[in-house]
Amino acid sequence: MSVWIILAAIAVLGFSGFPACLFSSRRAAGQWLTTLIMLLGSGLGLSGVVMSLNESTTASMCAAWFLPWGRFAVAIDPLSVLFLLPVFVVPVLGSIYGLGYWKQSEHQTNGRRLGLFYGLLAGAMALVTIARDGVLFLIAWEVMAIAAYFAATAEDDNPEVRRAGWVYLIATHVGTLCLIAMFALWNQATGSFALSPTQGVSSELAGALFILAVIGFGFKAGLMPLHVWLPGAHANAPSHVSAVMSGVMLKMGVYGIVRMTVLLPVPEMWWGGVLLAVGAVTGIAGIAFAIGQHDLKRLLAYSSIENIGIIAMGLGLGMLGRTQNRPDWVLLGLGGALLHVWNHSLFKSLLFFNAGAIIHAVHTRDINRLGGLTRHMPLVMGLFVIGAVAICALPPFNGFASEWLLYVGLFRTLGSDVQAGCPAAALAAVALAMIGALAVACFVKLLSAVFLGSPRHPMPGHLHPASTSMTIPMLLLAGGCAVIGLFPMLTAGLLEKAIGTWMTLPVAADSITAIAPLNWITLLGLALIILVGLITLIVRFLPMSTVIREVGTWDCGYSRPTARIQYTGSSLGQMLVRLFGFFLWPKTENPKLRGVFSGITQFKSLVPDTVLDRLVVPVFNLAGRYLPWLRIMQQGQTHLYVLYIIVIVMILMIWGACGN
Amino acid sequence: MIEKVIHIGVLLVLPPLLLGVINKTKAWFAGRNGPVLLQVYYDLFKLMRKGMAISTTTTWVFLAGPVITLATVLLAGLLVPMGRFDAPIVFTGDLILFAYLFGLSRFFTTAAAMDTGSAFEGMGVAREVTFACLSEPALFFALLVLAKVSGSLKLTEMLHGPAGGFTAAVAAPLVLVAIGLFIVLLAETCRIPVDDPNTHLELTMIHEVMVLDHSGPLFGVILYAASLKMLVIGSVLLHVVFTFQTGRAWLDWPLFIGELLGLAVVIGIVESVMARLQMRHVPYLLIAAILFCGFGFILLVR
Repeated sequence: MSVWIILAAIAVLGFSGFPACLFSSRRAAGQWLTTLIMLLGSGLGLSGVVMSLNESTTASMCAAWFLPWGRFAVAIDPLSVLFLLPVFVVPVLGSIYGLGYWKQSEHQTNGRRLGLFYGLLAGAMALVTIARDGVLFLIAWEVMAIAAYFAATAEDDNPEVRRAGWVYLIATHVGTLCLIAMFALWNQATGSFALSPTQGVSSELAGALFILAVIGFGFKAGLMPLHVWLPGAHANAPSHVSAVMSGVMLKMGVYGIVRMTVLLPVPEMWWGGVLLAVGAVTGIAGIAFAIGQHDLKRLLAYSSIENIGIIAMGLGLGMLGRTQNRPDWVLLGLGGALLHVWNHSLFKSLLFFNAGAIIHAVHTRDINRLGGLTRHMPLVMGLFVIGAVAICALPPFNGFASEWLLYVGLFRTLGSDVQAGCPAAALAAVALAMIGALAVACFVKLLSAVFLGSPRHPMPGHLHPASTSMTIPMLLLAGGCAVIGLFPMLTAGLLEKAIGTWMTLPVAADSITAIAPLNWITLLGLALIILVGLITLIVRFLPMSTVIREVGTWDCGYSRPTARIQYTGSSLGQMLVRLFGFFLWPKTENPKLRGVFSGITQFKSLVPDTVLDRLVVPVFNLAGRYLPWLRIMQQGQTHLYVLYIIVIVMILMIWGACGN
Repeated sequence: MIEKVIHIGVLLVLPPLLLGVINKTKAWFAGRNGPVLLQVYYDLFKLMRKGMAISTTTTWVFLAGPVITLATVLLAGLLVPMGRFDAPIVFTGDLILFAYLFGLSRFFTTAAAMDTGSAFEGMGVAREVTFACLSEPALFFALLVLAKVSGSLKLTEMLHGPAGGFTAAVAAPLVLVAIGLFIVLLAETCRIPVDDPNTHLELTMIHEVMVLDHSGPLFGVILYAASLKMLVIGSVLLHVVFTFQTGRAWLDWPLFIGELLGLAVVIGIVESVMARLQMRHVPYLLIAAILFCGFGFILLVR
């Protein structure tokens, strides 16, 4: 029963944007209708999810279809449920947010198109998580990729958006190519496209499948160095699309890796090692690049890469636990990773919604021009602080809960004796600590550059505060961050069920709460809040504290301070950028000062993406310069093409004859 | 129960005395009389009775900085054992919370500094967040070593060591970790050679420059929280350095307090005989701390 409800929900979500195409492009009615349909779809989906959790068996459905390969096979196990929940929560909130952020009346040319592909994206993502057949999976995957392309390039009159869109389209298809190879190999090894666990795969073949999965899904998830499309696409998409892409779509890549490792036989030790190492590199490099950015949304995009790195580290630990037969590592590693999937979809969507509200108000993404926005948008600022504290994994919000599980798991790999332990994995804890400290640097930079101090450049005359339809989704997401942060044990049941589908846990295995006492997180989180409240009361209501003198900021006696002498985001990050200069390769244009009274000059600094701008683009440019001579073959004359076919077929026949 | 009360009592009352001892030591080295030992207490009382001057640029974050810092350091203090006595709060994985509480305090201290919009405070913030990225890995290497040695993930048990006491085999890693932790202590509590709390040049400071604009009770809270932080991180270090206990509670408490005051004297001596490093050389010192703790880890698991 729950399968049908969820399939219906997917259909409703997928086609939610279609009716609006019949409405006027100048009025809001169509957009409201789209949002209502999405609300209906998400409601259906959530009720289906709840129903499937109460059913004793895994709900599944299988039917033959018109294509010569594969079948229409879907199933909803707890692992699917775990990834389905963000799909049913974030896009609908984004749609509500869009009512204020991307008003149809202000975006007449692309509003309806955006709604169309936005819904399709949500539906396709839901289908990806429940597909149990290689061909169906690939179709859903491709629809998702294409829908995301059209949704992200809504403003395609802007050349930068078009460029980011192209990069995304190429990257996603290279990834899909790996996935096609993977499923073809799978079909050859198991005899069908059905995605059900197998033991009959040799270890070399399983290793090859695993590598293809990590590369293919890694392109979508944004593992370094496959992340090239991510910063540009997230920065140039409308903010609610960025939120869905970062909060949900990247997780589909994670889902793919998790699902493939369910299907393959017991992994080898190096699988976990690879994921731990890739995760650590992705995490540290991702957040270091984030610190170098001055574009609000590019910065958030790089921080998504960092979080994917953390998730990959958790997966790696879980995989190690599976090879070493240590259920506690699996529970903590995979459990931490899966909880982080949820957490990241909550706080990253929140931060992208915040970013959208800021951009909506000031019409720039350059944080070095901003400052002092707290006065104009106090609520947005408060919500931003919650999101920033959560993403830095600081207590008492949800990021801490998932990273804490991961840390405890990593520390447990030390083992009481070296033989049983895997001390090299514990090094990942040090990497995670560094990521944590860098994240604090990054988000203090973002917070202070945008909201604190005073404006570094003149602001546009009228800053309109975020509308109600924009603040409600943000409030809900912030509430989610607080609830999971304070009561993480609520999630333990579902996490354990999902881990149960990944690896059959021994009956005697402890639960997550038994190995890692989550109730202490609750207690100390509440204690922290109470303590802060108490100290605030004491400080604020000391008898003399009421005597407040309002003065200017102390500037060490300088008599003519201006807002321009404040530290900007870039100057705050400069020391760290220099420290990590060996892979960030920052570009600077130093001004040349001539004479005593030098004219007006400018200093510029920029941290371009090392992989994209220094490797991929030059290679593509070279290819563009030297490959055109191949055009000799492409004359546009049909008989020539037929000739090619005949020649190729002849060659193949001769080759085949010689082979035999 | 009585131990917990004493723990909280020591935690709340003792910290300013440590600053007093440091200042006295430095005065003695300089051939001055110096302020009386209890001077910091007097300063705190004076600050509590003052009004506040608050910059017009600031928002609620400016207030939140000191308040949240004090709350987090207090909570962290409840997780650390003192001497041979257990901490009031002990649970598996509390070491992570311990480290991340300091992260939370750093987030709001630096945000409060940036809230004033002062270029000097921006400088302090840039240094603070940069150096933290190096001291954090050192701290976690040290925690890994302690966890491995004791086979526990509870801070209290980790610091008390295995049941039979530390064996000779772990002496070398523990010495390396102690050196690394001492550098982390100097960096986190903003002492020479990383930071100079007494300088009058705003350009060269880290912590003191971030709190330039705080005054009155807010500044009192900051001063108190800073001394508390020294006590908390100092207690962690002392467990690695001193493992001697008498076994009698009425002797062990004074012994622990004596160790703390001794640590303050050592910090005072370091401050007296060294100059502050050039700002661009501070990362080298912190990387040295990472290497000390990292080598300790490698020696242990080799």
